[in-house]
Amino acid sequence: MLQIKNLKASINEKEILKGLNISIKPGELHAIMGPNGSGKSTLANVLSGKDGYTISGELRYLGKSLNEIPIDERAQKGIFLAFQYPTEIPGVNTSNFLRTSLNKVRKAQGKKEIDALSFLKLVKEKTNELGMDEKMLSRQLNVGFSGGEKKKNEILQMKILDPNLIILDETDSGLDIDALKIVADGVNSSRNNEKSFLVITHYQRLLNFIKPDFVHVLADGKIVKSGTKELAMQLEKTGYKGIS
Amino acid sequence: MKNQNTNISQDYKYGFTTEIDSIKAPKGLSEETINFISKIKNEPKWMLDWRLKAFNRLKVSKEPNWQKPKYPKINYQDLYYYSAPKSMKDKPKSLDEVDPKLIETYNKLGIPLNEQKKLSGVAVDAVFDSVSVATTFKDELTKKGIIFCPISEAIQKHPDLVKKYLGSVIPISDHYFATLNSAVFTDGSFVYIPPNTRCPMELSTYFRINAAETGQFERTLIIADKGSYVSYLEGCTAPMRDENQLHAANVELIALDDAEIKYSTVQNWYPGDKNGVGGIYNFVTKRGACRGKNSKISWTQVETGSAITWKYPSCILQGDNSVGEFYSIAITNNHQKADTGTKMIHLGKNTKSKIISKGISAGNADNTYRGLVDIGKKALNSRNFTQCDSLLMGNKCGAHTVPYIKNKNSSSIIEHEATTSKINDDQLFYCNQRGLNQEEAVSLIVNGFCKDVLQQLPMEFAVEAQKLVGISLEGSVG
Repeated sequence: MLQIKNLKASINEKEILKGLNISIKPGELHAIMGPNGSGKSTLANVLSGKDGYTISGELRYLGKSLNEIPIDERAQKGIFLAFQYPTEIPGVNTSNFLRTSLNKVRKAQGKKEIDALSFLKLVKEKTNELGMDEKMLSRQLNVGFSGGEKKKNEILQMKILDPNLIILDETDSGLDIDALKIVADGVNSSRNNEKSFLVITHYQRLLNFIKPDFVHVLADGKIVKSGTKELAMQLEKTGYKGIS
Repeated sequence: MKNQNTNISQDYKYGFTTEIDSIKAPKGLSEETINFISKIKNEPKWMLDWRLKAFNRLKVSKEPNWQKPKYPKINYQDLYYYSAPKSMKDKPKSLDEVDPKLIETYNKLGIPLNEQKKLSGVAVDAVFDSVSVATTFKDELTKKGIIFCPISEAIQKHPDLVKKYLGSVIPISDHYFATLNSAVFTDGSFVYIPPNTRCPMELSTYFRINAAETGQFERTLIIADKGSYVSYLEGCTAPMRDENQLHAANVELIALDDAEIKYSTVQNWYPGDKNGVGGIYNFVTKRGACRGKNSKISWTQVETGSAITWKYPSCILQGDNSVGEFYSIAITNNHQKADTGTKMIHLGKNTKSKIISKGISAGNADNTYRGLVDIGKKALNSRNFTQCDSLLMGNKCGAHTVPYIKNKNSSSIIEHEATTSKINDDQLFYCNQRGLNQEEAVSLIVNGFCKDVLQQLPMEFAVEAQKLVGISLEGSVG
């Protein structure tokens, strides 16, 4: 699904990722853990194609290089980023935004655009599946949403867009236990043999709900240790300083 | 990694010119020109006298210069004040007699005039340079007693109404451009809605400037008699030219007791090229009088075109309990400039006004909201709410808010809110990550920003206006 080879990324001439290697196969869920400032969010941004970074190394997605592909085309090819801080867009209706987005993705994949009625049915079904309030759909995108609502909205979008590679950027931060469960259920119910996940988190807590196949520890722009979920348990005990 | 670059800007879609023989007035501003216009329109003497009175006033009047956008001196002697297709001279009786080139021009602009194809539910008056080419749905409106015709026709057929109301909201002596318009106005629409009548369809005028070196001096007069309602919309386009062309319109609205007028503008005059060469000077005077009690006038404007937009659609709230509203979107890109807003003059008791202004500035453009809220001594218990939001794109453009507030009694309340923000990269990144390209993302965010105003437009035009908002800003984020 995704191969990252010797990835280096710098912004304003400051190197943040310093030679990173990860390989994710279809169906796998990888967790990336690391202390603040280790480059976790940079990794999420670089994978989704955000401007402003100078990149070297190789990014391959579904066997093809991603390096020259702009953000929107990556999204259309099935790369989804659940944001750490989903931004507010005033005046834009949540449901309309989702439909616009879905149709962009469908069109790029050679599928027919979804009509308003079928979309409404789909979005209501997914909203209920996640135990979310339908009223959210008619509100302005993320405007006045609580932290939990914003994150749930990200998971809803993930469900609707049905991507192949899902990057969760500290989706657990700022969530109470109920919201965390909704988010985790959303992820778990989406897991299958074809989808891959890259779960970026600071805390081991999320991994009690979402079981990773692999855990990597990111420190100072490099993967310093890889292992299975036991590694996360160990981290919880010893802290990041206990590693390496 | 390659930076995303979607600087593919769509050219001005309406920039074509129609090759057509035309009749022009002698060049320059003179009594001779005014006589020519009056004669070719077969006007009665009182109308000519009115024009000449304005012309005499103009001689002692000076162009205002307090506005923010400055412009090179206009040589008024180097302009044509009247230009009309030759084929329109003998007043075609039906659409079959209208020059096919004119019909085709309007087809290209998306305004079909043919009976079979005309827009459903919208009656259109099509004004080409200085004449009205055709008015659709006239018969159906006549049945209800509604008059919708070119103002030149109204002067002949409904002189009493015209005499009574023309210049009653914008006096001849109002200011330089209003006076100029009064002297040389050529065509525009006339609307009269009889008492207790709800106009069954949208009325719309489509203004097209075609001829070079020609000014367009539109005059529109709308009267809503007691208890009536009308919704009116104007659209405007012009060819791409290196010269600046002047459009100086006067629009007067009169609402009597319990009447309501909703006036919407989608202004898309040629804005000039990327370097600021050419484009229309849109110097327009629009004013409505809520003369009767419980009357209401609502202005909605989407201003995306013109090199300079300079206008303040205003409401004089004379009748007790009358309501004035102003909803505005002004978009300036490249080197466009806008100085626009409104005046709400509260005279009657319990009068209310609401101002929602959204200014969007990109490229090297400059955008000013200027507005006056004046609550008079006798306008007890009146209220105003004003909200001015500015959105900046890039760091070379400007946005300014200049509110003038006067409250002359203690029982009235004025509220003013203003914000200035920038389209932020996080919003763009978010939209991009959901599969929208840069242009689509900008269009979505800006349309969201303008939503409160777009909602005010008649449904038939809201979709077009949304697209226009997106197109006007193409290439503004690299």
